[in-house]
Amino acid sequence: MDWSPIWLTLRLAGITTILLLIIGLPLAYWLSNGRSFIKIIAEVIITMPLVLPPSVLGFYLLIAFSPQQGFGKWLSEHFNIQFVFSFPGLVLASVIYSMPFMIGPIKSALQQLPLSLSQASYTLGKTPMQTFIKVLLPNIRSSVLTAIVLTFAHTLGEFGVVLMIGGNIPGVTRVASIAIYDAVENMDYASANVYSLLLFVITFAIVMAVFIFNKHAAKSPLE
Amino acid sequence: MINIAIEKKMRTYQGHNILKVNTSIAPKSIIKVYGASGSGKTTLLKIIAGLTLPEKGKIIFNDTPWLNTDNNFNLAVQKRGVGMVFQNYALFPNMTVLQHLEYATKDQQWIDRLLHFGQLETMLLHKPEHLSGGQQQRLAILRALATKPQLLLMDEPFSALDPEMRVGIITELKNLLNELGITCLIVSHNPLEIDSIADDELCIL
Repeated sequence: MDWSPIWLTLRLAGITTILLLIIGLPLAYWLSNGRSFIKIIAEVIITMPLVLPPSVLGFYLLIAFSPQQGFGKWLSEHFNIQFVFSFPGLVLASVIYSMPFMIGPIKSALQQLPLSLSQASYTLGKTPMQTFIKVLLPNIRSSVLTAIVLTFAHTLGEFGVVLMIGGNIPGVTRVASIAIYDAVENMDYASANVYSLLLFVITFAIVMAVFIFNKHAAKSPLE
Repeated sequence: MINIAIEKKMRTYQGHNILKVNTSIAPKSIIKVYGASGSGKTTLLKIIAGLTLPEKGKIIFNDTPWLNTDNNFNLAVQKRGVGMVFQNYALFPNMTVLQHLEYATKDQQWIDRLLHFGQLETMLLHKPEHLSGGQQQRLAILRALATKPQLLLMDEPFSALDPEMRVGIITELKNLLNELGITCLIVSHNPLEIDSIADDELCIL
């Protein structure tokens, strides 16, 4: 039994979630403040992976980062960076693909906070950054946790986009969902069952943890 | 002296309305602000605080310009030294009574004095959700005073207090404002309640 797909999947989901948390908090804050044309465009781009077939996103990433041409060739020649068929490529694709799951809950929680909370903090002489860290963030804690879990769980289940940009290289890009598909193709139902069961148990445990954490707020992870 | 000359378009239930205020306020005075619902009393306070921008206007506080729309000058709210009591209190749900005051000031003696003034000494570790309406309102007043502002803006600050508590708080507030030399604007739907401490009044039409 090869455990590397499970390890690789957890590593991919962990790194993606951390990166998206770093990117997502300021981005969600920016999007939650006011409305402008550029924000609408940004929101559309961030939301696209929700409705776009993963293979479409994967295809364009494959073209964009192909070492044979354009930007991918430039990255490869000047920085020796290759995103196609590599783990960093999987991370990049996962960050783009899972972005709406991190941004959505945080942005909507920030929008639901009364504007007067920030205003009260400003009248106390606090900057927007201090206000965000000391007032806004602590009051959307459950939504941030929901966003983290959704992002992690969604990355665990990625298939199409990962297959397109990463392929199926054992130990490098073969994540659990691809290993399941591969095992079924080879009629190895026992391995497919082990991978599937593990993904099921991990996902069940983290979603359950969120329900327990948020029980006082009576929120489901999808809120 | 505070010179205020502002004009702002407002949307109300009755349609569009223009808030026009042109007044001068003596330093260290307590001004009663009154007017009909939707006349713009809260908006005026927010404009003075720097939280809302009028279409046209100038505000000068003790010779320091705060706002001048003619040259797009708008002093940041953080630099105006204004304390504000919001109508909905705007308390921070994540902070206890003590944390609210410690967030505003590091002066522990001042915090102790404010807690005594607001009679919240026994509620130090309570978060807003565990306070009564009157206690929440007192905390909002204490937080606004915590920074020792040069101008205090209060939007319906006594509405949730019982009559006995209201008299005590208003009397003690007057003493504090005098001692610190704070100019104060108080919006009230019940102007009679602050008649005893107001030096002047401003009617918003």
